[in-house]
Amino acid sequence: MDSATSDVRTPLGATADNGLKIVVVGGFGVGKTTMVRSVSEIRPLNTEETMTRAGEAVDDTSEIRGKTATTVAFDFGRITLDERNVLYLFGAPGQERFWFLWDRLFSGTLGAVVLVDTRRIDDSWYAIDRLERHGTPFIVACNDFGGARHAHSDVREALDLDPQVPLIDCDARTRESSKEVLITLVQHIQSRYAGQRAHAAASPREFV
Amino acid sequence: MKRPGRDDAPDRLYTLTGGRSGSGPDSPFDLVTLVVAESGPTVGMQSEHAAVLRLTQAPTAVVEVAAELGLPVSITKILLSDLLAAGRVSARHPRNSALPDPDVLEQVLVGLRNL
Repeated sequence: MDSATSDVRTPLGATADNGLKIVVVGGFGVGKTTMVRSVSEIRPLNTEETMTRAGEAVDDTSEIRGKTATTVAFDFGRITLDERNVLYLFGAPGQERFWFLWDRLFSGTLGAVVLVDTRRIDDSWYAIDRLERHGTPFIVACNDFGGARHAHSDVREALDLDPQVPLIDCDARTRESSKEVLITLVQHIQSRYAGQRAHAAASPREFV
Repeated sequence: MKRPGRDDAPDRLYTLTGGRSGSGPDSPFDLVTLVVAESGPTVGMQSEHAAVLRLTQAPTAVVEVAAELGLPVSITKILLSDLLAAGRVSARHPRNSALPDPDVLEQVLVGLRNL
């Protein structure tokens, strides 16, 4: 046995050459890891990133000044899509400090799933706000915890959700349901960028 | 077995990278850049470098390397930059642009439906 790990790793095929990212964001205990696990071909792995920031002003959290180290742990799984494309699915905490590392970790991400526990809807406000500001395409998936179903209109209102953003129910424990969540996200990304491309073609100078 | 890095004093990480603490925003490595070893470990090589070369015999994402080594992503990127500069690994960067390629999105959809 070599190195420090004893797990049997499932290697990617030799032709894999394009890594893609989708991020599952949500509050503690909302089922991010469960969702990653249900569709991943590897046991979810965990890693962390640390960033030291010196004296920069931080929006919304004025008390955070001076030199601070931000450490964020996140877990991830992997889905081999075809001979070349590999999708990495990241489960990431939605708390404020996480967003300092968003650009470093998740720039170029295809999109995000905001996983919501309808009993604790306020946990999701911050994540949705940040994703909107970052211009990251996202959908909202309400994880089924067996309680009373909330009407989608109520959830939309509570989240102040743009009508274009898809909202679906899911059971993060099941592969089929998690797969459906990812498919819904990718379809949303397709339609969103198709619109942007049309706009860019119509008025290229306005497009940034 | 204890994972390296996880509970170690910061000075160990400092030593690992020759004092460099971050790969900076200009690092060529993305979390999902796929790294492939171009040669095997050699005698006397820094043990983390040797571990990377063993891990990346098949294409392996930066984030997987970090997780397997138990090191922060930024430290892992520094190790990988050294190996890349020495020609010991090659890097397959994600084909990202501001707007995702519609063909790639379609491939993602097909791949997900086939799960």
